[in-house]
Amino acid sequence: MRAGNFSGTISLLSSHPFSLAPPRMSDPATPRPVVQRPAIPRQHPASPLALFIAFSLLALQGFGGVLAVAQRELVDRRAWLTRTEFVELYAIAQMLPGPNVVNLSLMIGDRYFGWRGALAAIAGMLLAPFLIVIALAASYERLAEFPAVAGALRGMGAVAAGLILAMAFKMLATLRGNLLGPWLCALLGLTALVAIAVLRLPLAWIVIGLGLSGWGLARWRVAVLDAQARLCPASADTPTPSDPAPGAQP
Amino acid sequence: MNTLPVGDVLDLFVHFLTLSLLSIGGAMSTAPEMQRYFVVERGWIGETDFSTAIALAQAAPGPNVLFVPVLGFQAAGLPGAAAALVGILLPSTLLSLGVSRWGARRRDTALVRAFTAGLAPVTVGLVFATSWLLALPFVSAAAHRNGALLLIALTVLVTLRTRLAPIWMILVGAALGAAGLA
Repeated sequence: MRAGNFSGTISLLSSHPFSLAPPRMSDPATPRPVVQRPAIPRQHPASPLALFIAFSLLALQGFGGVLAVAQRELVDRRAWLTRTEFVELYAIAQMLPGPNVVNLSLMIGDRYFGWRGALAAIAGMLLAPFLIVIALAASYERLAEFPAVAGALRGMGAVAAGLILAMAFKMLATLRGNLLGPWLCALLGLTALVAIAVLRLPLAWIVIGLGLSGWGLARWRVAVLDAQARLCPASADTPTPSDPAPGAQP
Repeated sequence: MNTLPVGDVLDLFVHFLTLSLLSIGGAMSTAPEMQRYFVVERGWIGETDFSTAIALAQAAPGPNVLFVPVLGFQAAGLPGAAAALVGILLPSTLLSLGVSRWGARRRDTALVRAFTAGLAPVTVGLVFATSWLLALPFVSAAAHRNGALLLIALTVLVTLRTRLAPIWMILVGAALGAAGLA
C-alpha cells in the first residue's frame, strides 16, 4: 500500500488538480460560486467498533448494490481511502472468489486492525442486512397467499432479472480493452453462457475448464504483446510492465 | 418455512463451501449452479422461489450476496440460512485475506494479468446466463410474458441510460406486479 501520494494535496486552499473542471472562459463576468469542498485530511477509523458502525451504515443505504455507497462513504465522506486506493483494492477484490464488496470490506478492515478489523468490517456489512432480508423472507411466506403480494414479487423478480442483464451489458463493455481480443473473449463468454443456460453443466466444470483455458490463452497473449512491445515499442499503445525475464516465470 | 434433516443442511453447507471458491466475479456468478442444486437436483424450492429470493435481496438493503441466505431459508429455515451464508463466505474470505496481503504488489506480473484477463469473459458469460435463468419463469408463463419482457427491457434501458437508484425500479416493478400488469 502506498502511503505518500496524497499527503501533498492536503490543503484547505489548494484542491486536487484533476478533481475540478476547468473554469469557463465564456462568462468571466459571473464568477462561479466556490462550491468545491476542501480536501479532507486523511482520516483513520478509531477502532474496530468504528469500522463496524461505518460499514453497517453504508450497507443499510445500499439498495440494489453497495459499491457506489461504499465509494461515497469511505472515500468522499470519511476519507479513509483515496479514490485510487479504492479502485486498486476493488480490482483485487474482483479477481478473488467471493462477493466483491465483502472482499473489499475485508481488505480495508484488515489494513487498519488486522483480522479483527476484517471481521468487524464484514460483520458490519452483513449483520443488519442479513436480519432484514430474513425478516422479509419470513413475512413473505405468510403474505404470499395474497395475489397482490405474489404479483409484486413477480414484478420485482422481473426487474431483478433486468438489473442483472444490465450489469452483464456493463461488464461486457469492460471487455473492450481485454488483452485476449474480441474473438477469444466472445468464444469464452458464449461457451460459458451456453454451457450454463442451455446444457446446465455444473459450474465447477466451467470455471475450472474455461477458466484455465482463458488463463492459458491470456498468458500466451501477454507473452506475444510483451514481445511486440520489445521489438517495436512505438506501436504498443500502453507500456506493458514487462517481467524481468521470460524464463523467470514458473 | 420448510425444515430439512440435519444431514441435508450439512450437505448444503459443504456444497456452498466449494461454491465459495468458484464464485469469481461475485456470488451472482454462482447463481445458476445454486439454481441447479436447489431446484433441479434437490427439488427443495421451485423456480419462482429462486427468482423471489433474488428479488428480495435486491429489494432489501445490503450486498446482493444476501440472496444466498434467503435460498437457504426457503429450503431449511434459519439453520439453512446460516449454513448457506457461512458456507458461501468462509473459504473465499480466508483465501482473500491471505491473497490480498501480497496480491496488491504482484498485480502487474504476467501471470496475474493473464488471470484477470482470462477470467473476465467467462465471468461475463456467467452473468448473462444468470439473467436468462432469472427471467425464464416469468417469460415462460404465457399470462405474464409480455408484461415481464417489457419490465425487463425497461429496467435494462433505465439502468444503462440513467443513474437512477435500483430501489426505485424495484418499487415500480412491485407496483406494476401488484396491480396485475406484469
